[in-house]
Amino acid sequence: MPRALVQGEASASIAHATGTANPTLRLDEDMTDHSNATQPTVGPITRFLRATEIDQGFLSRIGALLLIWLGFHLYGEIFLEDGLFLTPRNLWNLSVQTAYIGIMATGMVLIIIMREIDLSIGSIMGFVGVVMGLMQVGWLSPALGLGHPAIWIITVLAGILMGTLIGAFQGVLIAYLAIPSFIVTLGGLLIWRGAAFVSSGSTIAPLDDTFVLFGGAGPFAAMGTTGSWVLALLACAAVIWISMSGRRARSRHGFAPRPVWAEFFVAAFACAVILGSAAIVNAYVWAPGNLKIYFERLGQPVPEGAAFGHGFAYPLLLLVVIVVAMTVLMNRTRFGRYVFAIGGNPEAAALSGIDTRAMKVKVFALMGALAGIAAIVGSARQNSATNAMGVFDELYVIAAAVIGGTSLAGGVGTIYGAIIGALVLVSLQTGMVLIGFGDGSYQRMVTGVALVLAVWLDILYRKRIK
Amino acid sequence: MNPNKGTPLVELRDISIAFGGIRAVDHVTVDLYPGEVVGLLGHNGAGKSTLIKCLSGAYQKDSGQILINGQPVEINNPRDARHHNIETIYQTLALADNLDAASNLFLGREIVGAGGFVDDTRMEAETRKIMARLNPNFRKFNVPVSALSGGQRQSVAIARAVYFNAKILIMDEPTAALGPQETRMVAELIQELKAQGLGIFLIEHDIHSVMHLCDRAVVMKNGQRVGCVNVPEVTDEDILGMIILGKKPPQAY
Repeated sequence: MPRALVQGEASASIAHATGTANPTLRLDEDMTDHSNATQPTVGPITRFLRATEIDQGFLSRIGALLLIWLGFHLYGEIFLEDGLFLTPRNLWNLSVQTAYIGIMATGMVLIIIMREIDLSIGSIMGFVGVVMGLMQVGWLSPALGLGHPAIWIITVLAGILMGTLIGAFQGVLIAYLAIPSFIVTLGGLLIWRGAAFVSSGSTIAPLDDTFVLFGGAGPFAAMGTTGSWVLALLACAAVIWISMSGRRARSRHGFAPRPVWAEFFVAAFACAVILGSAAIVNAYVWAPGNLKIYFERLGQPVPEGAAFGHGFAYPLLLLVVIVVAMTVLMNRTRFGRYVFAIGGNPEAAALSGIDTRAMKVKVFALMGALAGIAAIVGSARQNSATNAMGVFDELYVIAAAVIGGTSLAGGVGTIYGAIIGALVLVSLQTGMVLIGFGDGSYQRMVTGVALVLAVWLDILYRKRIK
Repeated sequence: MNPNKGTPLVELRDISIAFGGIRAVDHVTVDLYPGEVVGLLGHNGAGKSTLIKCLSGAYQKDSGQILINGQPVEINNPRDARHHNIETIYQTLALADNLDAASNLFLGREIVGAGGFVDDTRMEAETRKIMARLNPNFRKFNVPVSALSGGQRQSVAIARAVYFNAKILIMDEPTAALGPQETRMVAELIQELKAQGLGIFLIEHDIHSVMHLCDRAVVMKNGQRVGCVNVPEVTDEDILGMIILGKKPPQAY
């Protein structure tokens, strides 16, 4: 019985014994790499995308977003004699409304990449918002005096801490007691929403004046024109620096860098977007009423021809900081690498010595912290705290992550994609309002259709590139 | 008789592990010396992989002792095993399909540069170096390993085990998914690593490879150790008899 296989795999053993090639056994005939051996002739668009390393899925999402914007605007132009969508005012509002959904979506990306889900964040928002409101109005303001600078600091820290602890607690149940995250956070959805009635259902208002600036409600919650230009220029400098240091790192190890024109194109495009955004938010000028308030506070009459641009809203800045931090976390740290690894193959991650349970707790704690930050932005925007804040937001956040290309199968997703997803959703909502379909029923139906459509298109796209 | 003298590199002494009443490994003792390849043989479900997972930290033994260089050690997780320079190539390869070759190679042991950030370019450079040695035709460095062929994936898993200066290497069916040419490459690699003084546990089903590569072979059946033979002293028929019938030839110990 020469060359017999120990194991009774009939076809394999026959192939082995007789020396015939069995195609199922030979997964890799000659170990050569056909795709890189000769560059097949490709069209200019494919060449362009390859050189610039721009993800085609990303491009199509941007395209869809622009289409939505243009569609609403043109609808307004044609049927309402006024295209209200592509105006500095609406785009500024869009940035503010996207902020808190976007903040939570960055965390949801990690959760979904790890093959988990978090349904509780809307309720955490509501609960944390109410507690922060009670803290300010019922405890800190009487104790420290109205408008004391410590009020907003203590409230903000407490809100983030509370969110973190709630998230970590749920994470412990998921990771160490092995209760599915769907169940734990579904329970959390009910529990924290119920806990938000700690205010016995009453609306808590008004909130601290400084705290309210996080919400981006009105011109005082924006950084003004000069600051916005300076920030935009700094951001452009950062883009150029990142681009150049990436090239240096690649050439130090002898890898071929991107073509210079591609590098230049990407950097120039990013800078154009940044400067364009600054121009738009600066073009949105203060309402006359706010000008009057501003100069009354200074004790001066309103000068002739005075006009202030808003500039970037504070919640947008907060979102940008969080997006940058989360992107760095996901792409440049071990933590992010482990999140991806756990999503790709939990068993392999564990065998590589990664403490997958501790990672889960950390990711849910991070999600909770982001829900706490969203609660700050949300309640500041309303200048009040109510137990109804954040209802349905967990679903919008999940939808944003999924529309942004995060795969529910795990292992795949990007932070910037989720922001695009959030922009798409919020654009649909505000767009419906602007064209007169503002009542809740149409908005939700359109959002639902958009979600299903986006995922279907993504499935088609993934099939095509395979 | 065991031809080796002195302290074994690894000794798994009287190991038992049960899953829900089923004794997957039942009082099994094996040892491994430097520069030696010990084959672990047996049917599916004989307990080979389970035994070896106690050494790699994937499972925790219920009873028994693990000694490395004569010293008793505790291996409670894969990190402990790596700490003792034990590297494992799993049958499933244990690769994160969504990550590229370098990320998989360094998974859990990333090179971290200034500021605590992972140094991807350096890890890729290191990966290119080791791959040039193991699989010179490998070029897919910037795609997820899900886009690689079976052989390419296997070479990533092997590279991961070899890169970190293993002293004890566990290979669980390393050639199961490979064609003849790659199987030959793995065989050459095993000879090379053996010459460098590594001890290798090899789980292998192809009796021809066992005869060719292993110095000794331990046969398991139903979770128990049937016996151990010095491969040059026996025929493949003898070993098959041990595997299939649990029959010990006179040379076995």
